[in-house]
Amino acid sequence: MKFVNFINKLDKRWIYLLIALVVIIPFVFPVGCPMKITPPVQSIYNYIEDSIPENGVLLLGVDYDPSTMAELHPMAKALTYHAFYNNVRVLFVTMFPQGSGMGQDIINRTLEHWNSINPDMPKELGKDITLLAYVPGFSAVILKMGENIPATFNEDAYGNKLDNLSVMEGIKTYDDIDYMVEFSGSSVVLSWLIYANGRYNLKMGIGTTAVSAAEYYNYLQSGQANGLLGGLKGAAEYEKLLTDKHDFSGRNDASVGMDAQSAAHILFILLIILGNITFFIKKHQEGK
Amino acid sequence: MFIRRTLPLLIAGFFGIAMIIQFFIPHPASRTFYNMVLDWIIIVSAFTYLMAVQSTVELHTTKIKRRVDGWQYSLIVLISLGITAFIGILGGAFTPSTFLMKLIPAFKPSSTSPLMYTYLYMQVPMQSTIFSLLAFYMASAAFRSFKARSFDATMLLLTAAIVTIGRVPLGEFIYKDFPEIVEWILKYPNMAAQRGILIGVELGIIATSLKIILGIERKYLGGGK
Repeated sequence: MKFVNFINKLDKRWIYLLIALVVIIPFVFPVGCPMKITPPVQSIYNYIEDSIPENGVLLLGVDYDPSTMAELHPMAKALTYHAFYNNVRVLFVTMFPQGSGMGQDIINRTLEHWNSINPDMPKELGKDITLLAYVPGFSAVILKMGENIPATFNEDAYGNKLDNLSVMEGIKTYDDIDYMVEFSGSSVVLSWLIYANGRYNLKMGIGTTAVSAAEYYNYLQSGQANGLLGGLKGAAEYEKLLTDKHDFSGRNDASVGMDAQSAAHILFILLIILGNITFFIKKHQEGK
Repeated sequence: MFIRRTLPLLIAGFFGIAMIIQFFIPHPASRTFYNMVLDWIIIVSAFTYLMAVQSTVELHTTKIKRRVDGWQYSLIVLISLGITAFIGILGGAFTPSTFLMKLIPAFKPSSTSPLMYTYLYMQVPMQSTIFSLLAFYMASAAFRSFKARSFDATMLLLTAAIVTIGRVPLGEFIYKDFPEIVEWILKYPNMAAQRGILIGVELGIIATSLKIILGIERKYLGGGK
């Protein structure tokens, strides 16, 4: 009974401390549990690997802000590297004002790292990759892109006319985009699915937060999206696929966080079990 | 009355019906109309930001004037808004251009744009920190409230536990088929429920849209009943 009372009156700060410890310790002492690749992740990887021709175009939607970047940033980075390896052009687009910063951060980091490890195969802003300027009114923007992409944005986020950029060569509408992966933890994904895929047949994949992943299985089954990266695990699986094939020396942000996430999830389960044990003991004793 | 109520209703009705009709007419004139409407929506959307700024300034100015509890935070909001807008407009969001970056290799957007600097080194850490606190609250809440009080709660609890463990590599380490079980849960029971909800939501959206187009639903005009 003493134990039950202790658990019931446990100060929440002890729980906070436990969470902090199980998140921090695995970063210092990584375990590196093995990981199976799930079919929705494999599907996106395979499509980029096999179905986009050299000099093809991959459109990446960065519709998220710093609150979900821990899960979505590693995905966007991994796909950018994958496109670089396959000599595919990358266009970033955002419907979020804050997504511009996210997109630019990915471009800076990936370009800098890629050019440092592949000096013989450099990638250039404006030639191999760019971020389209932010334009408000996301549904209208997605629809307008289906009619005329350069006329929708006019410029990239760095102030360059799209007509002058070689990365935009031959790109007029969604017909000229080989594949799009939308990264978001919000309902913007639905707008892309409904308007870009539904109306203009843009081939799409989804990258979303773990908590939102369950919402998009409908669209996988209906074929509106051919793959799904769900949360940090989805990103870690993609990183694994990438590192298995290529000699990638960069930091695998998602894989690094997997141990911490594993430990935190296990602690959650233990806390729930503990909470329920004390709940039933108390209930049993109150019933006597 | 005509300007405030009837005219907006007529505009909504006209454009609602016109957009439905144009969808089925692949004529160049219909296409031009469609593109024009899209441009208008984009322009109107840009103006909503002005309204958002005006509303924010008005709200916080009132709080400061009335010295309500925590008015100091309102002051911080207004100062931050002013500074961010100032450096954004003056420094440009992503200056310098790629042309300048080519001329001077040391120029990098993240290191030279003041707005990007405030974004990367102020907004990103602050927003990430606030969101990461969720893990602490969730752990505490799960411990205190996630109890098997009924059959439904027990089912929810079990499913959540399986998905929570199965979505991390440690789950696979404990039992190798955990990821398959999670995929099955997401692909079948979850999807069936989600699809049912979605169909209901979409029917609701269609009904509400029709009510707006026909002028039956008028709450979006504001002004009470």
